[in-house]
Amino acid sequence: MQEAKRTTRTNGNAAARSLPKAPTGIGGLDEITGGGLPRGRASLVCGSAGCGKTLLAMEFLVRGALQHGEPGVFVAFEESAEELAQNVRSLGFDLDRLVEQKKLLVDHVRVERSEIEETGDYDLDGLFIRLGHAIDTIGAKRVVLDTIEALFSGLQNAAILRAELRRLFRWLKDKGVTAVITAERGEGSLTRQGLEEYVSDCVILLDHRVIDQVSTRRLRIVKYRGTTHGTNEYPFLIDEDGISVLPITSVGLLHTASSERIPSGIAGLDAMLGGEGYYRGSTILVTGTAGSGKSSTAAHFALAACQRGERCLYMAFEESPSQIMRNMRSLGLDLEPCVKKGLLRFHATRPTVYGLETHLARIHKLVREFEPKVLVFDPANSLGFRSTRADASAMLTRLIDFLKMHGITAMLTTMTSSESILESSDADISSLVDTWLLLRDIELSGERNRALYVLKSRGMAHSNQLREFRLTDHGIELSDVYLGAEGVLTGSARLAQEAREKASAVRRQQDIEGKQRELERKREALEARITALRKEFEAEAEEARRVIGEEETREEVTRQDRERMEASRRAGAGRNSGERPARPRKVQEVRR
Amino acid sequence: MKNTEVGDGAEAIAAVDPEVWELRLYVAGQTPKSVTAFTNLKKICEEHLAGRYRIEVIDLLEHPQLAAGDQIVAIPTLVRKLPEPLRKIVGDLRNTERALVGLNLRPAS
Repeated sequence: MQEAKRTTRTNGNAAARSLPKAPTGIGGLDEITGGGLPRGRASLVCGSAGCGKTLLAMEFLVRGALQHGEPGVFVAFEESAEELAQNVRSLGFDLDRLVEQKKLLVDHVRVERSEIEETGDYDLDGLFIRLGHAIDTIGAKRVVLDTIEALFSGLQNAAILRAELRRLFRWLKDKGVTAVITAERGEGSLTRQGLEEYVSDCVILLDHRVIDQVSTRRLRIVKYRGTTHGTNEYPFLIDEDGISVLPITSVGLLHTASSERIPSGIAGLDAMLGGEGYYRGSTILVTGTAGSGKSSTAAHFALAACQRGERCLYMAFEESPSQIMRNMRSLGLDLEPCVKKGLLRFHATRPTVYGLETHLARIHKLVREFEPKVLVFDPANSLGFRSTRADASAMLTRLIDFLKMHGITAMLTTMTSSESILESSDADISSLVDTWLLLRDIELSGERNRALYVLKSRGMAHSNQLREFRLTDHGIELSDVYLGAEGVLTGSARLAQEAREKASAVRRQQDIEGKQRELERKREALEARITALRKEFEAEAEEARRVIGEEETREEVTRQDRERMEASRRAGAGRNSGERPARPRKVQEVRR
Repeated sequence: MKNTEVGDGAEAIAAVDPEVWELRLYVAGQTPKSVTAFTNLKKICEEHLAGRYRIEVIDLLEHPQLAAGDQIVAIPTLVRKLPEPLRKIVGDLRNTERALVGLNLRPAS
């Protein structure tokens, strides 16, 4: 990794400082070699049968001729020109056309041992002359000798051959052509005939391994004199566009982090993620058990990207594109127009078709071709998540670094087993992803419901709440869950709880109304009593006034009586007897 | 240097092979190896094919385009064009026995 970082840093001015290089035009190879093969020197490409030596050499010539204006000579020791043309036609190379345009010359050198008898001293001047003639005819700058070791099976005198090959490579150097020499891998050595002794500037080793019945091609730069280069093994692909090498270690943690936010496509989720959604260029992991809504979350994200007019690459490893589109239509997500507009591209393969490296190389190639802004892996288990292979997560790290370098926002879904949501390998993944959404099932009162929470999200204030996650016919909806004494309530338990709460509210309302009515009644009763009392009081007051009136009347009568008596007494002064009887009567009256 | 020499006394071995032997010697300039090869070839032909052989010497330095036709890699190379089948003898023909075996003038021991 350190080595790779160094390479990346020197990439920019490598051409100026280190030895001149001839770009191969092969995707990825120029990146790991820091610009191509050593110009004017010979490079050795070795590997066992069928690992792609001839194709690499031919692509070097074809790209050189087409992209860099450097004609090339292909000296074929094993195949005829027609066979070669046929073999590389499937890679999109039209050799006949290049030959016609004098950009390429194929010379088939056939050395048949059964035809040849050796007597005495000889040299390989014939080969030199043929090669020299070919180079001069088209003004070649590049030469391929494929596979020069065939000479050893055609000619017997190895001592002469070795001396002549040494001379040949020096001669090529003097000619100033950039040469690629291919050789078969030998037992315990890079090449069967020890050619690495002669070609010492650059040695590339190709390998074709089969692990778990899945084949993987790898490339390694064994040595490259005078330049820094990636020393790791790089997976490579051979497909309809030729060879592409995945320059996985030529990235590092040098990417610039964007502060731009992009919505997740689910309003409720954006709200949970600080109200704005994910960071652009971040990596989002969605984990969950089977059927917890991972793909739907991914589809929302993809659709949102397309609606913003951004290209989205959807890597499907479980379902076919039409199946995904059909399923998402049931959620009200129509992905088909996006596909038609060319904004959404599906790439569906079974994970078992290729090895991990090949998958990564393919993704790498697709990303370079399609240049998406958003990438979805559904599910990413096949990409090394939870893989038993230790190198898998390292490989994935490199892929994620690569995506980050290009500012691509990636969403990976992974399936977890239901018993444990977090597994030990998740610790590794956690360091890779920026946002981690967890979808989980909640089983309560005989039904299964979905819930979502944000396990982590770097660099934003995200919600710590659990949300109920519902798949409706108009997409995913997030709603608050009920937290009661019984814990989190979802689904019909939530509905039941809602109903219960409504009922008790109604009851409370009724209670209040009843109380108010009672109060009213009491007030009415009170007021009635007050009226009654007042009436009683008034009756009593009336009585009292009547008594008082009678008393006053009697008092008046008495006073009048007395006045009359006094007046009568004063009138009959001699009649004392008349005065006396009146007094006792009054006393009597008072006593009563 | 492209010269053709036709030997005399062709009738001597006509019973075995009536046709004229066509031999082509590829060289690259007047190197000692080339000269030795030519001398050795001439000697063999005179001894075994007197009068019914034709030697064509091709200098690839002058005619490099001719190397591909006969699949020449090593120098000097002697090609027996006729009689069929085509045979190639690589080297300066210093070992006469092997040269004769190569030319099929003597069965391999």
